Amino acid sequence: MEVGWWGVLIAVLGGAIRIGTPFLFVSLGECLTEKSGRINLGLEGTLVMGAMTGYAVSLHSGSPWLGVLCAGLAGMVLGALHSWLCSFQRVNDIAVGIAMMLFGTGLAFFLGKPYIQPSAPRLPSIDLGGWSDLPQLEAALQINALFLLGIVVAVLMGWMLKNTAWGLKVRVVGESADAARALGLPVDRIRIMSTAMGGFLAGIGGSYLSLYYPFNWSEGLSSGQGLMAVALVIFARWQPIGCLWVSLLWGGAAALGPSLQSVGITGGYYIFNAIPYIMTLAMMIITCSPRRTLVGAPHELTVTR
Amino acid sequence: MAQTLSKALEPVLIIVGSLTVSMVLFGVFVASAGADPFEVYQTMYRAAFGTSFSWQNTLVRAAPLMLTALCTALPGYLGLIIIGGEGAIVIGGLFAAIAALTIPSAPPMVVLTTMALVGMAAGGMWLAIGGALRHYRAVNETISSLLLNYIAIALLSHLVTSTFRDPESLNHPSTHHIGEANMIGVIPGTDLHWGLVFGIVACVIAWFLMHHTVFGFASQIAGGNVRAARVAGLPVGRLILIVCCIAGAAGGLAGMLEVAAIHGRANDTLNANYGYAGILVAFVARNNPLAIIPVAVLLGGIRASSGLLQRAHELPDATVLVMQGIIFLVILFSETLYGRFSKLQKQGVS
Repeated sequence: MEVGWWGVLIAVLGGAIRIGTPFLFVSLGECLTEKSGRINLGLEGTLVMGAMTGYAVSLHSGSPWLGVLCAGLAGMVLGALHSWLCSFQRVNDIAVGIAMMLFGTGLAFFLGKPYIQPSAPRLPSIDLGGWSDLPQLEAALQINALFLLGIVVAVLMGWMLKNTAWGLKVRVVGESADAARALGLPVDRIRIMSTAMGGFLAGIGGSYLSLYYPFNWSEGLSSGQGLMAVALVIFARWQPIGCLWVSLLWGGAAALGPSLQSVGITGGYYIFNAIPYIMTLAMMIITCSPRRTLVGAPHELTVTR
Repeated sequence: MAQTLSKALEPVLIIVGSLTVSMVLFGVFVASAGADPFEVYQTMYRAAFGTSFSWQNTLVRAAPLMLTALCTALPGYLGLIIIGGEGAIVIGGLFAAIAALTIPSAPPMVVLTTMALVGMAAGGMWLAIGGALRHYRAVNETISSLLLNYIAIALLSHLVTSTFRDPESLNHPSTHHIGEANMIGVIPGTDLHWGLVFGIVACVIAWFLMHHTVFGFASQIAGGNVRAARVAGLPVGRLILIVCCIAGAAGGLAGMLEVAAIHGRANDTLNANYGYAGILVAFVARNNPLAIIPVAVLLGGIRASSGLLQRAHELPDATVLVMQGIIFLVILFSETLYGRFSKLQKQGVS
């Protein structure tokens, strides 16, 4: 059977899930952090640290799921450190984010040196494409378990932010710290918890990179997914479900270059690789405006002011 | 006199204190990794400042750091956090190399001048994109400049593997060599290329511009309070564009120097993290261009010591990254200490 251009479409769909999953976790983490009124640019460091931790723990314990958990915990520590530093007066959250990015990646490279060669047990995937005769489609429908977990987290987070007392507290702190203080809410503690939970999710996103796809540990593992999370959240309008769609879109865009190669379009490989960044920038140019703040943005957030 | 002195003393004390705290924290870190912190510091000192050879190693690394630090420090006067130094250095180096290759038969002086001008213009325009988006579209400049870094690196990879590829650069796609005759020489009596002089001169000029001209004064007002600046009739948009352009030009010059003094070609070695380390230099120097010079030398020394640390203590090369991260975090934390020393503050407020 001739696949041709259909192959490109299938590869893009498969890539949307395969490449989009880490985007999903970091953007959900960033979304929760930003809902509480802080921005964490350091999720890139958290992601790399999560990848290293997940790989190392999976290798030593033989259980990839334990690796995922520890990756989340490592991310949680980094998130807590970020938000603890930011809770002091005049400490700028964007600047601390840049520092955490350098610190997290540096620490991960330092501790991860012995893990570059060995191969750790891999996370399982769920085969949803068994009915198909097309090997390409079958491969595209090999869904990893973390992606399904990510969907659950996205739905759950959206529901909790909207309908629970905990969600309301986070939103009040993100909309107006003064109002929250007037209500007697512990602003700093809520922000520290939100950022730490955000770091937990970003750490899990990192463990996906090392334990499922591309499935190794190296210093060039992340290509800035942690940084792009900030822009993804803006595009998703601070809605967890939006993060899911945007992550899939970005994953698909990133898969476009390699899948076009399969039909003989090889030129501009690096330009295709840059598509997610260009899309992010274009999206910010379109959605931002000097005359109004962004729809859906928490008011305490400094990036949108 | 005593008042101004103590006011000037506060940042010096806080920064020296922060660096000391960072050194203690890093000492604990390497100790927990099984190395003797005192020996590690001794090795680092030896590798960075111990001999004339190590000094040269340090200063070669300090030169681009001075220039990329300006990429963050100058927009800092306007209250902007720009982290696009990496993009500026890549774009500046790329276009400087391309410029040199288009005029192969010109005399070296003409080639080098053209390279410098083209590199600075390219870097300047690249960062000005971030400034323009900030002003006209309210796009956050930190994120846009970060995205521009990735786009710049993709553009470099694309052009050196396609249009401008030297077919002989097999495993390491690069442009053609700009020609040995066109390389920048060394400062007589040393192995140091002229980049260090460019870096120091650029910092001094930037300091003079921001502290002793009407333009610099206007920028500081716009950075302090945009609304007040608008009321006073200052062209805030134009200030943002020009400052970002100058900042990017410094980064572009750093890229041009990397090509014309070290590599001779544009390739992915341009993307050597000088841009990100420059952010750290600017923060430690509190955006002051004169303070950038010693801080860049210090950080250049830390980076220069990574090789010897690896050989002497079997510490991975990422050790210096951890140290940079610790210094960065402690310095940012120290922001909260300003004005807390009541004794200094009482004397400082006259």
